[in-house]
Amino acid sequence: MQHIRAHVLVCAGTGCKSAGSKEVELAFQREIKAQGLADEVMVVETGCHGFCEYGPLVIVYPEGTFYSRVTAEDVPEIVESHLLKGRMVERLLYHEPMTHEMIPKYSDINFYKKQHRLVLAHCGTINPEQIEEYIAVGGYEGLGKALTLMTPEEVVEEVKKSGLRGRGGGGFPTGLKWSFAKQSVNDKKYVICNADEGDPGAFMDRSVLEGDPHKILEGMAICGYAIGADEGYIYVRAEYPLAIKRLRVAIEQAEAMGFLGENIFSSGFNFQIHIKEGAGAFVCGEETALMASIEGKRGMPRPRPPFPAVSGLWGKPTNINNVETFANVPQIIVNGADWYCQFGTEKSKGTKVFALTGKINNTGLAEVPMGITMREIIYDIGGGINNGKKFKAVQIGGPSGGCLPEELLDLPIDYDSLTAVGAMMGSGGLVVMDEDTCMVDVAKFFLNFTQSESCGKCTPCREGTKRMLEILTRITEGQGREGDIELLENMAKNIKETALCGLGQTAPNPVLSTLKYFRNEYEAHIKEKRCPAGVCEKMAVYTITDKCKGCGLCAKTCPVKAISGTLKQQHVIDQAICIKCGACMSVCPFKAITKG
Amino acid sequence: MKTLEDLKALREKLKGDIKVRQKQGTKIIIGMGTCCIAAGAREVMSAVLDELAVRKLNDVQVQQTGCIGMCEKEVLLDVIRPDEPRITYGNVKPADVKRIIADHVVNGRIIEDLVVGKIEQEG
Repeated sequence: MQHIRAHVLVCAGTGCKSAGSKEVELAFQREIKAQGLADEVMVVETGCHGFCEYGPLVIVYPEGTFYSRVTAEDVPEIVESHLLKGRMVERLLYHEPMTHEMIPKYSDINFYKKQHRLVLAHCGTINPEQIEEYIAVGGYEGLGKALTLMTPEEVVEEVKKSGLRGRGGGGFPTGLKWSFAKQSVNDKKYVICNADEGDPGAFMDRSVLEGDPHKILEGMAICGYAIGADEGYIYVRAEYPLAIKRLRVAIEQAEAMGFLGENIFSSGFNFQIHIKEGAGAFVCGEETALMASIEGKRGMPRPRPPFPAVSGLWGKPTNINNVETFANVPQIIVNGADWYCQFGTEKSKGTKVFALTGKINNTGLAEVPMGITMREIIYDIGGGINNGKKFKAVQIGGPSGGCLPEELLDLPIDYDSLTAVGAMMGSGGLVVMDEDTCMVDVAKFFLNFTQSESCGKCTPCREGTKRMLEILTRITEGQGREGDIELLENMAKNIKETALCGLGQTAPNPVLSTLKYFRNEYEAHIKEKRCPAGVCEKMAVYTITDKCKGCGLCAKTCPVKAISGTLKQQHVIDQAICIKCGACMSVCPFKAITKG
Repeated sequence: MKTLEDLKALREKLKGDIKVRQKQGTKIIIGMGTCCIAAGAREVMSAVLDELAVRKLNDVQVQQTGCIGMCEKEVLLDVIRPDEPRITYGNVKPADVKRIIADHVVNGRIIEDLVVGKIEQEG
């Protein structure tokens, strides 16, 4: 065997895979063999690096050179130039969007520089399908330490002391939750990992499952030991086939090496983990609905109490946490609560992974310490707004969260500060919107989502969101009435107070937060019958300006014959007939038609 | 897995396999310009990789670089031990590799008769 001098890490997260990373990987295998380097260069398939905008990503070690948007055609050049002769392929290096500066090294890229990767530490640097690589970076030492050197009480205390709070949305203190499940006396208890990530635009849990699956297994096993459970379920949505595959591989390997199964670390502790595939209902992210789904029933929430810690899965005490929460546990046990407490703010410890999407340059995953400002995330890590447009709002926390305006960009982000301004941490989805976005339309989009996902069990959510959606639709179609804003506010308040579960209770948040920060847009829609951003089609007014040369093309194209005029003279649109389809505007060769 | 010590021992064993991805340890840098390759840099590289494998020195990084300009003295091979100056060896033949690795890489003794340059601070 020869000394392996270089590792070529090819990202195999879902984002990069759909951009063609499998072909890139195969091309590397082929080309490395062809150049006779097979004994000295190793190709490694890794999980997500988070910088999905620039995928497929390839990182070459020992130099740590970062290649972006690599195609199979680029591979022979990388192999010959970089791997054989030691010369970087400059055209494939990453360029900072703001400065156009070329950055060869992974660690020097702005996107990564401001991040603090604890949960994502191994995502993209180890092969998720090889337990050996996880062990090489210290994997399962948290479990080993907990089982052999700590009592269950001490484990719960350590997690309590760390200040870790639920990363799924609510932000409930994790250690406290564990202590409730621990106090419940029963012959059987369960641990559940909620991997039913359903918020539009959120994919942090998927990336952790795909990139570092063993970390979740380890976190769950530690929890099992702490609360006295011997069985765990991972509830993961069926739309994540790669995550499910890697979890299965990981469970098999962990069982083979004795990290799961019976008498783990000779401690007498037994733990096994099953995977339950969810069918994609958003409400199943709610813990009681999720447990009903595991039991084979229809996924609908039930009133609490009793809380799962007392009566959960099959009526047994159950502790349920989100993927990212479990991913924090092993390092807290290994390094101690005091170490963990150095990250974050007074009441929100540690880091949070955010999924950046929308009109932002660097779409991807960013893990940052709690307390960082939104501005740092969007501009320093996210690289600013697409096409040099102006920032308008950021939607945080998914359909349950809120839209925050520019004035709040410097707000330090933690659980409590976000709740105070009418948003919530949620799972950490950040959808960035630019000046071309209509906030009424955004509120309608999110409400439409929760409305379609409402399970229908309780009236406030089933009927209330539907009526609110009707009002919003009316407003965006130019049929808004005086008093609609007040009616929306009134209904939102009632739904929040009376809905059965978190889905309904938070569904009005996008409407409330846009009403709070962008009320003038609602007023423009209702009073002036005008959409300031020009998004709401039904309110658009198309007019022909004096740039018109009278070619008649628009009149011919108009499907409802709303345009009239004589040849070589300015034409006019009859607003009473116009159906706002925009066909005239797209055919006009002189750009004489405006929309406003 | 029986004990935490078993796990730690296993980790020690496996750690070397991913060392290449971490910035630490001794570096060997071989000039791989067209001229260097013509002078036999590939053969030197193979000899280095073989010797590192034989000695199980999997925490030593092997990097390549382009032409340095001292083509007369090729093949050029640099050794950088942590916190020590960068030493450049010239006219390296595959047969010299064993000696460089044994004396310098492992034991820190510079082989004076092969040295062509020394750079104090490696950035």
